[in-house]
Amino acid sequence: MKHNFENLHTIFDNHPKSQESLIAILQDIQKEYQYLPCEALEETSKFLDVPLSTVFSVSTFYNSFSLTAKGEKIIKVCTGTACHIRGAKLLQEQLENHLHIKAGETTEDMKFTLEVVACVGACAMAPVVVVDDKYHGSVKVSKVKKLLKAK
Amino acid sequence: MQISNVKELNKIKKECLATQKEHPKKVLVCCGTGCIANGALKIVDSVRDGLAKRKLKDVSVEILKETGCHGFCELGPLVIIEPQETFYTKVKPKHVDDILDKSFLKNEVIEPLLFTNPIDGSKITKYNDISFFKHQQRIALRNLGKIAPHEIREYIGVDGYQALAKVLFKMSPDEIVDEISNSGLRGRGGGGFSTGRKWKICKNIKADKHYVICNGDEGDPGAFMDRSIMEGDPHGVLEGMMIAAYAIGAKEGYIYVREEYPLAVRHLEKAILDCERSGLLGENILGSDFSFTIKIARGAGAFVCGESSALMKSVAGEVGEPRAKYIRSVVKGLYDQPTVLNNVETLVNVPTIIRNGADWYKSIGTPKSTGTKVFSLVGKVRNTGLIEVPMGITLREIIYDIGGGILDDRPFKAVQTGGPSGGCIPEAMLDLPVDFDSLTEVGSMMGSGGLIVMDDKTCMVDVAKYFLAFLVEESCGKCTPCREGLYQLHKLLEKICAGKGEMSDIEKMERLSENVIIGSLCGLGKSGPNPLMSTLKYFKDEYIAHIKDKKCPAGVCPELITYKILDNCTGCMACIPACGYDAITGKKKEIHVIAQDKCTKCGACYAVCNFEAILVS
Repeated sequence: MKHNFENLHTIFDNHPKSQESLIAILQDIQKEYQYLPCEALEETSKFLDVPLSTVFSVSTFYNSFSLTAKGEKIIKVCTGTACHIRGAKLLQEQLENHLHIKAGETTEDMKFTLEVVACVGACAMAPVVVVDDKYHGSVKVSKVKKLLKAK
Repeated sequence: MQISNVKELNKIKKECLATQKEHPKKVLVCCGTGCIANGALKIVDSVRDGLAKRKLKDVSVEILKETGCHGFCELGPLVIIEPQETFYTKVKPKHVDDILDKSFLKNEVIEPLLFTNPIDGSKITKYNDISFFKHQQRIALRNLGKIAPHEIREYIGVDGYQALAKVLFKMSPDEIVDEISNSGLRGRGGGGFSTGRKWKICKNIKADKHYVICNGDEGDPGAFMDRSIMEGDPHGVLEGMMIAAYAIGAKEGYIYVREEYPLAVRHLEKAILDCERSGLLGENILGSDFSFTIKIARGAGAFVCGESSALMKSVAGEVGEPRAKYIRSVVKGLYDQPTVLNNVETLVNVPTIIRNGADWYKSIGTPKSTGTKVFSLVGKVRNTGLIEVPMGITLREIIYDIGGGILDDRPFKAVQTGGPSGGCIPEAMLDLPVDFDSLTEVGSMMGSGGLIVMDDKTCMVDVAKYFLAFLVEESCGKCTPCREGLYQLHKLLEKICAGKGEMSDIEKMERLSENVIIGSLCGLGKSGPNPLMSTLKYFKDEYIAHIKDKKCPAGVCPELITYKILDNCTGCMACIPACGYDAITGKKKEIHVIAQDKCTKCGACYAVCNFEAILVS
């Protein structure tokens, strides 16, 4: 995938030049491109003067970073304890069936990415599904299809 | 707005109180993450438009308040009319005109929007008459749902930064440490270490720099009190940090907050900016010689970063792996300097303790666990949400008096406390007083305060497997006992849930658990086997049913159950499209049939059936 990397320098300008900024910079890159493109990691390494191996190890250690491109719509099924005992697994299976992908994967047409996350902290509304940062609470099996169409 | 001395602070407080007196009538709309998910922002817009239409546009700031979380998220969006304290649930934009005309302008009550008591079906008008709120005592959550969290003036209006003024001009650092020690405040993040003692150790170390870090990396699945506090009372957290910093001699502080909490990050950023602009952060705060800055570090989704040494590495932009703690992080923490790391809930308690005194705080709770604790009461309980209760209250009071009992009147089975490091407590122990020590004694722990209620439809072996799977995923992999030991424990649990377990597996798991507990480097590994050990201790019969009888009594583990359609099937056809595996056939108004060879036992049919016509056995 080809990207315009001009925005990278805007991101760099917002952070002090020290390793303390590494995670924040990667978070901003992830937000901009939905994942961490290889070139962006190289530029980050140069900007911060931190070895590329360190940048790579940080980007693979933390769950919120992805090294592969994600779909237009990101669906996160919360699998925290409260959601688990109120049927999160069933929702995950239903979404997997509808999208024909497993959790962690992206549909071939790059429309959807399905993820499972540990806990989004909305336990009182379990089970919760987050579609593009919008929280949907008390999700029922019958509403799964609607979620895919939700804007 | 400049606040360069105490006089100016008090002037603003006076102004706020005067405005409140002028406009006692208010519409409070809860804007926590839960209520926003249910559409609270649309309600805010409708109320604003409605006020403008009624020629109240100029005063809409004083009347309409977007507050933090009330904790009763399930029934959101929540709207409260003050001063009557009328409490409306599940409000939709179409209700707003009615609320403004009848409830706000005329003091009438709109009955259909009131809370319905789940026990007798009666309607309850006032906030504090609802059993969910009535039994609570709010100290850490004092400002949640009362003030607009993104307005610094609102916080100042409720005695905000008065404790800071008190410590800067009336107390020495030693006196602060003594006051916090005397109050008996213990770390709310799970460990329960004395906060005063931690501050004292840190303060007494000579070093170039001291740091204060607020731990907002709430990783325990099932707990969300820190999120709500950071969203609903960010200035409370900042004031707590400032007091800690002044006490130990720190000039720099960090708040480590999960990236998954975007609203919390936004409110904290705004609060820090407002403090910097007004002079409450920066050089010579309130005209004293105390200078302090706070930065936000966003976590990136690693549970292990809740552990102190891992968190500090993460703040420094490194991989969050814990280290062996021969030297504690309070002595050698961030950049090898002495560091106080306190949890969000701990810090937000500090300003009230300073204002009201240690003796006041000590009078609440039990002698060894003073004060209150915030719990997230979730799972199979009627009233789910965030609650704050005095320490020493029994689990029964929490679940039945505040929680209103078990969902659908099913039998209670267990309550899980302490997250992945905690355990499951059975019915026989419902009268256990909840405090740090009694929970540890029964093989669980306080943790950050998640209380997940489970009914007879929850399989305890599955719960143990769930937590082990979580920990295997989150183990950083640095030390072998945690990385490999938890992995093998999870494999054994998978085997048992699949109906392939042997009785000797129980002994194997017990032995392996001991080794993981002894050999792991950090708390995550050391406490990792707890969910397994506690379920084995109190629910061994369920393990035996899985192993010997090849049955899952709760009807959860797919390999050990079957789904059947009963004769009371009305032939409504709802389950046919719900099944993703084409396993159900049938015509309209005829009893449907499940083809057992195609059924994956996912439970989708059971979830959509409105006639209880599907039997799980």
